[in-house]
Amino acid sequence: MSAITSALPLPASGRVPLTLRVFAALDRKAWIALGVFLALALVVVPVLHLALPPENAFHVSTYAITLIGKIMCYALVAVAMDLIWGYGGILSLGHGLFFALGGYAFGMYLMRQIGRDGSYGADLPDFMVFLDWKELPWFWLGSDSFGWAAFLVLAVPAIVAFVFGYFAFRSRIKGVYFSIITQALTYAAMLLFFRNETGFGGNNGFTDFKRILGYSITAPETRLVLFGLTAIALAATLVFSAWLVKSKFGRVLTAIRDAESRVMFIGYNPLWYKLSIWVISAVLCGIAGALYVPQVGIINPSEMSAANSIEIAIWVAVGGRGTLIGPVIGAFTVNLAKSWFTVSFPEYWLFFLGLLFIVVTLLLPQGLVGLWKKIMSKKQGAQA
Amino acid sequence: MKKLLTTLLLLTGALCAWAGPDPALVRQLAADDNSDKIAAIQQLAAAAEPGTAGILQAMADDSLYVLDDKLFVFDGENTLDAFSGETVELPEGADTITVNNRLRGELANALAALKLFDEDRAVRLNAARELQSNVGAELAPVLAKAKASESDPHILELLTTAYAKATLQDADPAVRLAAVAALAEVQTPAVRSLLLPLTDPANEADKLVREAAIQALKTIERSLAWGDTLAAVFSGLSLGSILLLAALGLAITYGVMGIINMAHGELLMVGAYTAYVMQSLFRSHFPELIDWYLPAAIPVAFFTAAAVGVLMERTVIRWLYGRTLETLLATWGLSLILIQAARVIFGAQNVEVANPSWMSGGVELLPNLILPWNRVIIIGFALFVLFLVWVLMNKTRLGMFVRAVTQNRPMAGCVGVPTSRIDTMAFALGAGIAGLGGVALSQISNVGPDMGQGYIVDSFMVVVVGGVGQLAGAVWAALGLGIFSKLLEGWAGAVIAKIAILVAIIIFIQKRPQGIFALKGRFADQ
Amino acid sequence: MNAQAALIDQPDGGDSATQLGHVVTGELDLSHGVALYLEDITVSFDGFRALNKLSLAIDAGELRCIIGPNGAGKTTMMDVITGKTRPDSGKAFFGQTIDLTRLTEPEIAHVGIGRKFQKPTIFEQHTAFENLELAMKTDKRVWKSLMAWLSGDDRDRIADTLKLIRLDGEADRPAGLLSHGQKQWLEIGMLLMQEPKLLLLDEPVAGMTDDETMRTAELFVSLAGKHSLVVVEHDMAFVEKLGGKVTVLHEGSVLAEGDLATVQNDQRVIEVYLGR
Repeated sequence: MSAITSALPLPASGRVPLTLRVFAALDRKAWIALGVFLALALVVVPVLHLALPPENAFHVSTYAITLIGKIMCYALVAVAMDLIWGYGGILSLGHGLFFALGGYAFGMYLMRQIGRDGSYGADLPDFMVFLDWKELPWFWLGSDSFGWAAFLVLAVPAIVAFVFGYFAFRSRIKGVYFSIITQALTYAAMLLFFRNETGFGGNNGFTDFKRILGYSITAPETRLVLFGLTAIALAATLVFSAWLVKSKFGRVLTAIRDAESRVMFIGYNPLWYKLSIWVISAVLCGIAGALYVPQVGIINPSEMSAANSIEIAIWVAVGGRGTLIGPVIGAFTVNLAKSWFTVSFPEYWLFFLGLLFIVVTLLLPQGLVGLWKKIMSKKQGAQA
Repeated sequence: MKKLLTTLLLLTGALCAWAGPDPALVRQLAADDNSDKIAAIQQLAAAAEPGTAGILQAMADDSLYVLDDKLFVFDGENTLDAFSGETVELPEGADTITVNNRLRGELANALAALKLFDEDRAVRLNAARELQSNVGAELAPVLAKAKASESDPHILELLTTAYAKATLQDADPAVRLAAVAALAEVQTPAVRSLLLPLTDPANEADKLVREAAIQALKTIERSLAWGDTLAAVFSGLSLGSILLLAALGLAITYGVMGIINMAHGELLMVGAYTAYVMQSLFRSHFPELIDWYLPAAIPVAFFTAAAVGVLMERTVIRWLYGRTLETLLATWGLSLILIQAARVIFGAQNVEVANPSWMSGGVELLPNLILPWNRVIIIGFALFVLFLVWVLMNKTRLGMFVRAVTQNRPMAGCVGVPTSRIDTMAFALGAGIAGLGGVALSQISNVGPDMGQGYIVDSFMVVVVGGVGQLAGAVWAALGLGIFSKLLEGWAGAVIAKIAILVAIIIFIQKRPQGIFALKGRFADQ
Repeated sequence: MNAQAALIDQPDGGDSATQLGHVVTGELDLSHGVALYLEDITVSFDGFRALNKLSLAIDAGELRCIIGPNGAGKTTMMDVITGKTRPDSGKAFFGQTIDLTRLTEPEIAHVGIGRKFQKPTIFEQHTAFENLELAMKTDKRVWKSLMAWLSGDDRDRIADTLKLIRLDGEADRPAGLLSHGQKQWLEIGMLLMQEPKLLLLDEPVAGMTDDETMRTAELFVSLAGKHSLVVVEHDMAFVEKLGGKVTVLHEGSVLAEGDLATVQNDQRVIEVYLGR
């Protein structure tokens, strides 16, 4: 949070173009790391997947691509959660909702792309045929257009977050109160989506996708494109977030987190600051959800369960909140552990996850990043 | 008992000149074709000659024998000739008449109709009651006959209803009209569904009858509306009492101590599983006392849940006082561990916890208002727990210490309150009360590892709406939420009602962020 | 929000409004010489009257001390002026035209009222420099903050203020690491960066050394004239050093008013302080 260490020698004051400021948001090491990450995701992984035969030791399997792609979506959600929790001090237990809204918005498009290849061979999605509906409900209008779906992915989470956030922040609901209310909101939405009549496939949600933009959704090339797009989205989110938290906006945000009344008495209206970061965070979740659905191939209301939203918080806590790389590390650590546990020791996964919640809050309040920093500073102290 | 009754009936039959039922009809009972048998049964019942009951009862008991054109009744000791009533030897080769389920139904009806002429008022009353639910047009003549000879006004009322039901499909519109008029006086949901088809011209050709039916339905609906509303209020009270039991412990841990305990639902689960374990223990060790397992489970559940609470507080929560968001995450972790532990110990499936016999059944206040005992008892139990908590918090030293620590921790410490021990004890108390709530829940809902998850949102809503730190607030919020959601469920369905309630709470919090009973002033902000 | 938007580009003070010859609601108008005007303010919490028909007027450029025993309503009065607490009844005006009871906290900060809390509240995670930067008078809406970049003049102003509050050596240290007295000074510095017309200071010298206290007094005296100051303090030496008029609050209303010597000899004041 101290003086800005930039990759470029920027003038300390005066007018600086925005692009340079964004560039200055990350230091040289961070830019290099980001470049390596993108090169891996966009070049190395596709080559290893397509060019090498499956029996080769360096072949990257479809399973691995799907898993890493999924976790990158989670990492994006974790960064979004960190913006609101780590920097804004607001613990949301409703981020699963925004993720699911983005997923459902894009899922509608994918459902329409099935066309007549569904099991009933009808123009309507299978679940509507099953419910004996004769035509699409109004909110499905335009869902066959990719552009409209992409717009909904951004707009629906944004609108829901804005309306809810406006009322919640205006009445100064804070801390645990806010967390519980967001949990209730998500719970209500889950109940709503579980109903068949709501028009989003009830319990089963959306699945059995066939195509995206006309391309087969299971083709290796399509998978790799989605994988690459997810990597780009994650990288872009990191750069954007870095710029955001290093701007004066970011400093006001952390100031609100630490002493809200002081912020008000020096003339900032916390409502709009909280609302901005809340909506930004929700939209990022929506994007992650939209990238998640075509890769994983299913979206259903259980994405909105309380457990899912709280798990997002633990990714952030494990990595280290208030840092941007922390949530990414946390999302990868926890989810890789999850996929290992659920295969090897399924009955111990919940014990492990439960313990993780406790250990991190009790012993690692700064997460893995904080632990790393502590170790490094001790090392330096020893050398000195 | 049945046999004795048969004998008695036979004797009375035998005494009243054995001219009895029409022999041709009796013979028809042994016909090959089932519909012939049914016709015979119905006609015999309609004629209601003395002695018919004995024969039909024997047929229902599979002790009516046939050989050629002779029929014999075996009453358990002796064989009687069905026509003369004389004791005879059962001839070789006589076979029982086969009775299938449809015939059994007809026989039961016919027997009930015949019992309408019994000497004993209780027998007649029972028979009349039995005929309220399943009565067909074929019984109309016998009901008319019984009505004419009945003197008891209560039985007469029942017979009038049954007769009206039986004649609702009569060919004569005047008879139907009379039936509708009679039924209009009887305001039950069953009558409503009987009359409903008559408002449709497709089922009822006569305009007058239709109009009468519409009028009658209006009257009935008006009177039923009362019962329905009361029933909704009662189930609301019942839901409210459950919410209260779930939320009371939380009102202490969160409301008073400021600890967010996401594992609260799992403490309910601990209580419910304790009830299950007690039930199993009683089944295997004291099967004769099985009905007492529930009272025995109450203290055990309290202390088990309290012990789990102490463990939680000592190992995790005490290191996080004042860091509410962290507490939220850590207790969520605890809840995951408890859920998985329950799965490992008891299996992932729901376990079966039965109501003790004294809790089953219910009390009928109105035709459409039945209060099940288990619900009534749980409402009482909730009041008892509430009283207990009130006494503990307001009348004991522990309660005073807890309130002191809540208001000013350092000062309480300075004047010698052992604050850390008080924290543990207060948390244990909250956990124990959750355990009590779990015992109550085991009586009305599924007991399984995930059961607690369903209550956590609801119980937090109760505490939030009621206002933090306020027991009275929790009570009003629980009852209000319970009744409101049940009334809403009546016309919007359960899911929409639930969503509406949650949205209403979110809006309510806008207006009164501090809950119904707000703390005001300098401390409101802390 | 309208009020806030209208106030953001407002030139120094409210002189422009009076020059136009009419009164514009929402713009600061000190032309009648009164900076703050409270009339019959009543606030009660659960039946307890924290303020009971309190009336008080502070002149433009005046330095006023408020004293009174615990529970006299001093902090509640500040809460009312800064919009934290809404009065049950009564009027609170800033200048001639600004109705404080209708504005939110940030709006009140914008019209030119700065407040220092009893317990120093600064942003402990931010550096002293950043604390001042955040407090600096500027457009404080979200979009402007996103695009904000300090100009050379801004940096100079912050540096000047740092020097004034003697924290120029600590500019890049997280404020949480400062001493108690330094924190008090930092908060005063933040107040100055806001360029308020009226400063409310709740026990500003609590926890300061005698030396620091005297320097604070000098600073306040130098501020008076350009700004109006309301200082709540228990430290009588400090109050004496400030000079100025003293108001004694008791049970939510004004008990006595005048210079320190008069007030100290007032029989009722002696009773309140010593009688129980």
